[in-house]
Amino acid sequence: MNSPQIEIQIIAAVVAMACAIPGVFLVLRKMALISDAISHSILPGIVVGFFITQDLNSPLLILLAAITGVITVILVEAIQKTGLVKEDTAIGLVFPALFSIGVIMIAKNANDVHLDVDAVLLGELAFAPFDRLLMSGVDMGPKSLWIMGSVLLVTLVLLFLFFKELKVSTFDAGLSSALGISPIIMHYGLMSVSSVTVVGAFDAVGAILVVALMIAPAATAYLLTSDLKKMLGLSIIFGVFSAIAGYWLAHWLDASISGSMTTVLGLVFLSVYLFAPNKGLLSVLYRQKQQRTEVSLLTFLLHLNNHTEENERHINHLNEHINWQKVRSKTVLDLALKNNMIIIEKDIVFLTEKGSEFTQQALEYILTNKDDKIEHMKDDFFLFRG
Amino acid sequence: MTISEYFELLFTDYTLRTITLGTAVLGAICGMLGSFAVLRKESLLGDAISHAALPGIALAFLITGAKDTNVLLIGALVSGLIGTFWIRGMTTKTHLKSDTALGLVLSLFFGFGMLLLTFIQKQPNANQAGLDKYLFGQAATLVEKDVTLMVIVTGICLFIVLLFWKEFKILLFDADYTKTLGFNTRFIDILITFFIVLAIVLGLQTVGVVLMSAMLLAPAAAARQWTNKLGVMIFLAAVFGAFSGVFGTAISASQNNLSTGPVIVLVAAVFVVFSFIFSPGRGLLFRQIRFRQNRRDLQLKKTLQFMYGIAKTHENVSHPHAIRILNNFQGFTKKTLQQLEEKDWITLSGQQWALTNEGFSEAKNLYNQQENHE
Repeated sequence: MNSPQIEIQIIAAVVAMACAIPGVFLVLRKMALISDAISHSILPGIVVGFFITQDLNSPLLILLAAITGVITVILVEAIQKTGLVKEDTAIGLVFPALFSIGVIMIAKNANDVHLDVDAVLLGELAFAPFDRLLMSGVDMGPKSLWIMGSVLLVTLVLLFLFFKELKVSTFDAGLSSALGISPIIMHYGLMSVSSVTVVGAFDAVGAILVVALMIAPAATAYLLTSDLKKMLGLSIIFGVFSAIAGYWLAHWLDASISGSMTTVLGLVFLSVYLFAPNKGLLSVLYRQKQQRTEVSLLTFLLHLNNHTEENERHINHLNEHINWQKVRSKTVLDLALKNNMIIIEKDIVFLTEKGSEFTQQALEYILTNKDDKIEHMKDDFFLFRG
Repeated sequence: MTISEYFELLFTDYTLRTITLGTAVLGAICGMLGSFAVLRKESLLGDAISHAALPGIALAFLITGAKDTNVLLIGALVSGLIGTFWIRGMTTKTHLKSDTALGLVLSLFFGFGMLLLTFIQKQPNANQAGLDKYLFGQAATLVEKDVTLMVIVTGICLFIVLLFWKEFKILLFDADYTKTLGFNTRFIDILITFFIVLAIVLGLQTVGVVLMSAMLLAPAAAARQWTNKLGVMIFLAAVFGAFSGVFGTAISASQNNLSTGPVIVLVAAVFVVFSFIFSPGRGLLFRQIRFRQNRRDLQLKKTLQFMYGIAKTHENVSHPHAIRILNNFQGFTKKTLQQLEEKDWITLSGQQWALTNEGFSEAKNLYNQQENHE
């Protein structure tokens, strides 16, 4: 590993951290797509800034572009407030228009400036170490590291200072205004921070992949925990891990660093999406299947409870009368047997004492219809789950 | 080239005609299907799908090694559909909200696509140049074959929409009711989604990944302002879309260094802004005018009410009173008094006013309504 390689990884990690923190709040506030809108609509801001400063890393350019980002948010909200279109339509109208203006501005001045849309949209991390900050002749390291480092620092300071306020206004806007914390100020504060982060990061990872770095770690963490602090921590870990793993993937494939960072993020998200313990796809599907079987069991027990006639309780009757498939009836019957709810004598099914007690309580549950009761009941009665 | 020259050349120049026809047809199909996307509150699906199509294009190229447009479009279609159904899956099976799901698919697929594209660029294969036209779109690369394809797809799409008109409409406005009527909602849903994805994929080559969402949304959002009827809205959206395409091409052809995609989007945005402001039913301008009218009307009635309060204490309703005594009621001006007179509710003579019988009964009814209300 040589020194530009180390620097690239440090920059990538810092960008990932700086993006993950506002990303968590955007995801929780259901505003994830605002980051997409901002990342596109800062283009005219960047172009104007570039005309003035002629330097992609100048603070003025970042400021101008960030202001464009906030303007985007204000525009979206203004359009939404007219009630003519829904919020998502408003977002979808504003950012392509602003982006188009940016593209046209670049195209009209293509001969004078060294700035193209590819560079803004896609970024190139590999070049970041070569743009160095010189202070009175002394090499202070890559410029983008300084920029993203300060963005990260500011974000962290704001996070620690306003953690409580952010938390309240994110989860309960009503309570927060009752407590005297203006949700509007929090909203625009978050929007400004996101804007600055997007602008700071676009140079390194490109405008579109900033969106991935903001949303993906937060969404991944959200599938694993419902604790805000843990979610913040996890998304930073996922972000940094993907940044560094992505760098090495790009190194190996000789492909775009930002692309492979996103790919790693995607893989991490996909595996969590599939395998997360409580909220992952597999466990959701498993739970749904379990519940389906358990509801069937309940129906079956109620049926037994209602009928004393032997032909209604014959083991083959399940198939015919309740209209279940063979496999399903067998699963239900096995489950009932395993849990000592029924006994079978000469192919006739009888409720055991435990079975009828369960059925009584289940009936009561159905009548009162209180959701919390049923899980509790299942814990009491079931030795084996469906 | 000026715009008038452009329209002259339109009928003689082959390239220009092809491109104009292509963008017009594209605008029409996007407007048509975009109406469904907007009404289904899936406006940003277009954005997500157009980004999600990128890895499909790259993979199709990697597998076949050929740059045949149709093959690449099929790749784009497949990965767009995968993206769409993953978004659905995420929102139904986990607690992630639709915005997060859209953003995730958008950025993750696009990132993967970028990885593949840069990977392809490093391959020793001279054929790869030009794949990045799908990123930003180049209307100039449209050839007759592409336009034919667009026309065919638009035809099929129109046919399907007409065939399933009733089903699409009812699913759009009341999904639960549709289900209870026994329609296969899943099938209708997949059908309409499939066509939306198809339209997006078709547009990639012309306007590119980033601007495709506006192509889908803007004509529909503009058309929505002019009507409350689905059929009219779809027709209008198609017209707006086609005009954006033609005007956008015209403007970009008449200037140097103007790429077509962004100009088309800006023309569509102008349509949207115009519709937002000037549409008679919902537009901001007329809404403001109506608002003022209502307020004036209310003021007038308040004055009448006050007069009624004075007049009803007299036996003769039309007994004249001095205007002066209205002074402790602030809501009147000379103009409102004149307006009241125009409506024959009062008569004015010098410094005196008197309620007419008509005005008296009007005010009385006003009062009754209020009483009933309370």
